[in-house]
Amino acid sequence: MTARKLRYYATGILSLAIAFVVFVVPFLFIVVNALKDKPEASRLHFTWPTETHFWDNLAAVVQARDYMLITAFVNSIVLTVVAVAGLVVFGAMVGFVLQRRPSRWNGLINFMVLAGLIMPPAVVPTIWLLQWLGLFKTLSGLILIEIAYSLSFSVLLFRAFIATIPRELDEAAILEGAGPFTLFFRIVLPLLKPVAVTVIVVQSVAIFNDFTNPLYYLPGAKNATVQLTLFNFQSMFNTSYNLLFMNILIITIPPLIMFLFFNRQIVEGMTAGAVKG
Amino acid sequence: MTTHGKKGLRRRFAAAYPSWFYLPAAVIFGVLFLFPTFASLFFSLTRWTLFQYSFIGLANFRQFFSEPFLVWGLVNTLIYAVVTSGSKVVLGMLLGILLTSNVMARGLLRAVVFFPVLVSTIGVGITFTMLMHPTNGLINDVIAAFGLKGPAWLTDPRFALLSVAFVDVWKGVGLATVIYIAGIVSIPAEYYEAAKMDGANALQRFWNVTLPLARPATVTVIILSLIGGLRSFDLIWAMTKGGPGFTTDVVASVIYKQYQAGFYGLSTTGNVVLFVLVAAIVVPLSFVLNRKEVEA
Repeated sequence: MTARKLRYYATGILSLAIAFVVFVVPFLFIVVNALKDKPEASRLHFTWPTETHFWDNLAAVVQARDYMLITAFVNSIVLTVVAVAGLVVFGAMVGFVLQRRPSRWNGLINFMVLAGLIMPPAVVPTIWLLQWLGLFKTLSGLILIEIAYSLSFSVLLFRAFIATIPRELDEAAILEGAGPFTLFFRIVLPLLKPVAVTVIVVQSVAIFNDFTNPLYYLPGAKNATVQLTLFNFQSMFNTSYNLLFMNILIITIPPLIMFLFFNRQIVEGMTAGAVKG
Repeated sequence: MTTHGKKGLRRRFAAAYPSWFYLPAAVIFGVLFLFPTFASLFFSLTRWTLFQYSFIGLANFRQFFSEPFLVWGLVNTLIYAVVTSGSKVVLGMLLGILLTSNVMARGLLRAVVFFPVLVSTIGVGITFTMLMHPTNGLINDVIAAFGLKGPAWLTDPRFALLSVAFVDVWKGVGLATVIYIAGIVSIPAEYYEAAKMDGANALQRFWNVTLPLARPATVTVIILSLIGGLRSFDLIWAMTKGGPGFTTDVVASVIYKQYQAGFYGLSTTGNVVLFVLVAAIVVPLSFVLNRKEVEA
């Protein structure tokens, strides 16, 4: 019994120590260097700052390039909120009909869903198309792109969840005279809350962190998103590591908040989406 | 009401799930994803300025498979995908077993392993570029403390690609772990009890119970991380931009570089090569892996 206890504590402490070094130290490294002044941060040491410069560094990062970070945050939040709203409503509509009404089109639609999940998008033709539509370098264009690229994931999750809602519910509503619009938006959609929360948190983290699509479809300083801004700061602040780390720290906070509140939904969504994909 | 009777009712049930519900999603997906994909098949055969094109047949493809810096991209993509995917399977499974066992502070450990999945890839890339700095970096400081000299992780051509792959695994192993946790938890406890009764030791229980029964999780992790690995761009771009030389260029970074250089036709060829590569690897693999599962 004592040998077992000993082993329990030994493996426990060893695991915690390794996890701390491998997974926590990089984040602490970001934090301590975000608090240092420029010469101290340039040494890249993993030490507590001799003097903390939290507010100075924060102000410097926020004011850089004419308050670029504020613009970027506004853009990223608008992008994330609108795209995720679209993903929830359009994805649920597809998942609903796809699950409820078998038809000869279902095979093709399922194939499209998988293709959307696996295939890398064709970049330059998309830019060409967006230019033609007048949507290139616009936030609306990027919002539609994010919806197009993430729809598959959203449809899969909604379809799987709708399969668990009894059909009798629909039938009762139809007999009461509910049309498709009422049935879906008044009766089914409110029941989808748990899976909608999952789609919302998983997709908002993904879209907020997205770098590649803004890089291609939303170039230009006034359109920056937070990830693009960080990437550009890398070359601009290549001597002021303290400000670079402060920037990383700031943009890590939104996903951290999501994680603290919705840990369970995120993990469920990612494993469910993954297993079904 | 003129639609009384069974026929009318059935029509009403069918009408409750109208096809136009597909419409918004179909338009967005069709216009912004499918159409460019089909268009890319054509434009990959052209020299293209976005305003005009001239048809040049397979010349872009020939170039893609003969120019060394483009071939590098292809080879590196495969190495990167296989290394990251393999590491995520092995480490994800080990972590999954550890984090489903009766280990101290299990919830905390799970959270710590998973959190990097949610962090900005660019932020992670920049941070590890600093940690891997050849002279000032924390990693080489630690190695130096043991009296050894660490390599120039990101600037030495022999290590650069694997260093980036390491960071990819660091960031992504949490997802593999939670997939394995879900898979292992769903294995009925009776199997373990029966194996114990038969006198199987821990290793035998792993080999004969956990490994075969966690197979769906393994398949998922392999497929998912191969897709991610083959398409990988942002981490590489944040850490090395394909350098030194072309030693960390992958197809996705070649696509971006050719696009920046204005070779739109060649860039699109890269795209076609990439999705042929993804489809040619992932589709048969998932077919084989899923079929074996049914037989077993």
